[in-house]
Amino acid sequence: MPEREYDVVIIGAGPGGYVCAIRAAQLGLSVAVVEKEAPGGVCLNIGCIPSKALIHQASLFTEGRAALESAGAKVDLAGFDYGKPWKQSRDAADRLSKGVRFLLKKNKIDYVEGSARLDGPRKVEVSAAAGPAGQSRSEPVSLAAKAVVVATGSRPKELPGFAFDEKMILSSTGFLLSRDLPKRLAILGAGAIGMETAYIAGAFGVETTVVELMDRILPIEDEESAALVASAFAKRGAKLLTGIAAQGFSKKGEGLELRLKAKDGTESSLAADRLLVSVGRSPNTGGLGLEEAGVRLEKGFVAVGDYQESSVSGIYAIGDIVATPLLAHVASKEGEIAAERIAQTLKGAPPPNERGVDPLRVPSAVYCEPELGSFGLAEAKAKAEGRTVGTARFPYVGVGKAVAIGSPGGQAKILYDPRTRAILGATIVGAGATELVHELLLAARSELLLDDVADMIHAHPTLSELIMEGARAGLGRAIHI
Amino acid sequence: MAERLLMMALSPTMSEGTIVKWKVAEGSAFAAGSVLCEVETDKASMDYEATKDAVLLKILLPEGGKASVGDPIAVIGKAGEDPGPLAAAAPGIASRPPAAAAPGPVPVLPRAPSFAPEPSAPIAPPRVPTAAAEGMKRPSAPSSFPPSSPLARALARELGVDLRSARGSGPGGRVVERDVRALAELGPQAARGAAAATGPRATAPDQAADRRVPVTGKRAVIARRLSESFFVAPHYYLKRRVDAGPVMALRATANAGRQKPISLNAFLIKLSAEAIVRHPYVNSTWEGATILERSSIDIGLAVDLPDGLITPVVRDCARKGVAAIDEELSALIAKARERGLAPSEYEGPGFTISNLGSFGVEEFTAIINPPGSAILALGAAVAEPFVRDDGTVGVRRAMALTLGCDHRVIDGAAGARFLATLVSLIEEPGKALL
Repeated sequence: MPEREYDVVIIGAGPGGYVCAIRAAQLGLSVAVVEKEAPGGVCLNIGCIPSKALIHQASLFTEGRAALESAGAKVDLAGFDYGKPWKQSRDAADRLSKGVRFLLKKNKIDYVEGSARLDGPRKVEVSAAAGPAGQSRSEPVSLAAKAVVVATGSRPKELPGFAFDEKMILSSTGFLLSRDLPKRLAILGAGAIGMETAYIAGAFGVETTVVELMDRILPIEDEESAALVASAFAKRGAKLLTGIAAQGFSKKGEGLELRLKAKDGTESSLAADRLLVSVGRSPNTGGLGLEEAGVRLEKGFVAVGDYQESSVSGIYAIGDIVATPLLAHVASKEGEIAAERIAQTLKGAPPPNERGVDPLRVPSAVYCEPELGSFGLAEAKAKAEGRTVGTARFPYVGVGKAVAIGSPGGQAKILYDPRTRAILGATIVGAGATELVHELLLAARSELLLDDVADMIHAHPTLSELIMEGARAGLGRAIHI
Repeated sequence: MAERLLMMALSPTMSEGTIVKWKVAEGSAFAAGSVLCEVETDKASMDYEATKDAVLLKILLPEGGKASVGDPIAVIGKAGEDPGPLAAAAPGIASRPPAAAAPGPVPVLPRAPSFAPEPSAPIAPPRVPTAAAEGMKRPSAPSSFPPSSPLARALARELGVDLRSARGSGPGGRVVERDVRALAELGPQAARGAAAATGPRATAPDQAADRRVPVTGKRAVIARRLSESFFVAPHYYLKRRVDAGPVMALRATANAGRQKPISLNAFLIKLSAEAIVRHPYVNSTWEGATILERSSIDIGLAVDLPDGLITPVVRDCARKGVAAIDEELSALIAKARERGLAPSEYEGPGFTISNLGSFGVEEFTAIINPPGSAILALGAAVAEPFVRDDGTVGVRRAMALTLGCDHRVIDGAAGARFLATLVSLIEEPGKALL
């Protein structure tokens, strides 16, 4: 078997792995990245990117139709084919995946196709990747490395009794890859993936029901803000069943019937054509030879210390296989940190600015309608800890631009320290929320105070005025309310 | 009833303050938490906030006037109340208002009134010339403050931490929240300021023979900076005895015919600078993620003053001659004795010399003066027998050099190399010309 030598070998070319590879190459390291599927990982191919393409299409579809109808035009939906917006989502994914391939090539990174397995801490064995029609696409190869970065990501979590067949019982992958929509869709789990899928399906006319075990949707987000999202869904006619467990299902005709049980013991059933199970994601840490190499796992995740280094010196882990939030942007940041640390160790480059990702400084984004963007301390957690926090709110209806573009729903909610007026966290629900939240995150990260945000001139009319007014509200001097 | 409003310590090191601007007019009501006046402290302009709702009856200290912590600056009370007696009487322990009205961190001890207004003229003249007060009217932090985040500044005020002693660990060396918190934990003295303002007060001074003396701003700064240095920087010491005869002879030659003799310290500063030129790593500062290697050789000399030590700094000693260094040094020392030094005249030495030889101390160890990473302690030059290379015994004027180093920056061998060079320059000062 041929053997090649690199400074760094990265396993996985998702948003963690490919960013890590490029950063390492920038720092003058020789890099190989091993991928068994397509470059860009789940995010680009079967996650964030195609889903955002579909959400955008869904929103144009609903808003375009509403705008035409409100202008008195008659809209004829005859000939509507979900396959067309779906095709666009696939094109966007393919285009970006090719973009990653180009970036890797541009940075002189060797892209190795195949499945990787650690052989001790300094060697990665790559088995041949299967090409179309079972032909071998590449030769097995052995890669020697001074450092290894494991970035193998995660897969949809399977719920016992609801094994994915990707025909009737779908994972998010199955949903994003199917070119047609069912008439009735049931969704288990009201997290970000569940709610985003519910929005897409609902917008294209699918009868959608979301079933959530917890008492509310988006359980990791601010309760009050999640309730605003829930009421917008309810207004559009989506069914959100919270505090309800799915007990099992039986096939019925072409579709299925879900057995549900409420907390008070009440049983009911729900008929649907397909079921999406979106109850979280599981880290891909098996079959890589990690434990054989001495890498310590905790609850399925790789345990890491500073700079993403695992219990074995020279083996790093980033992204969804680490117990930080399972988000593409967290993986990318961890990839940069690991790459800079390796360059420091091998080449004496300056150390990374940060030792790891601070969960309180990670933005979270839910792209349904209305959007939700958040970061930082949660109000419920602050209360549970008996910590005194100030809460400032400002509604979109007080922002001229929001009213002008017909999106007056939602609010910005900012948590701050009443003594120093430091910004501790924020949740924004409404138009452009996932973009707007970054101004507050930058302010919090830079240790700016409410005053700094309130006193900065914001262009009028913009949605960003919401942030300025929210900060003013915390100082008791909001103007437009 | 009417009561005096006292100058309070707006920072833990503040011993006196100058009124920059009154924000409330005489006769006007104000609410607790509102800003009464802007006070220039030893470091910055700060807002003096009211601790209760009341009416400002009489301003005792006009804009530009300076008062020590605990001195009255105004009389407050109910609308229409007569401030008369309070505005006139000298402040003393008998009329000291209750603790809530005087939230200074230091106990208010009986002190001679700093000014004694006559009943007919309750407005005291400012104790500093107006020009000086004008010069201090910069609204925000003077340039000697390190860059800092808004939260770091707010927190420093809240915790009573002196931002100038913080080492910035943020982007570009910016002082951020964690640096202020670390500093607050480091020095309880520093962190106490704001908390003690409302906390229990010291017992009355007449109850015991022991006396509690309020810590002056300068003493607090010395305490904090040296504690920080000693507890944070891992010190080690290297000792050498040097033959001081040659440099003393050189000094005698140079001073022949000079009206004002050049001090030995000026020679030792110059020779230290020359040794640093040969070992520039000595002139650097540990910054956490980075080490600052200084381009200019700025050397401080510890000077004893009645109210505590000060370290005037002679800048760029590598480029100055011994006479120029001496001239600058004596001007700084004279100024320090007369009116005190400006921060730019004592801050930021990369290397410091402490000489206790004149007290008869033969050798000692010193605490590194931040932000430098090394300090040289000089003992007295004493006659001692020594064995010459040819085996005969002679007498020389020996001086003990003790170099204290921060191990984070200067390793033992590196410190020893520097010290060896310094010894050879002192024993053969002519080498400094090479």
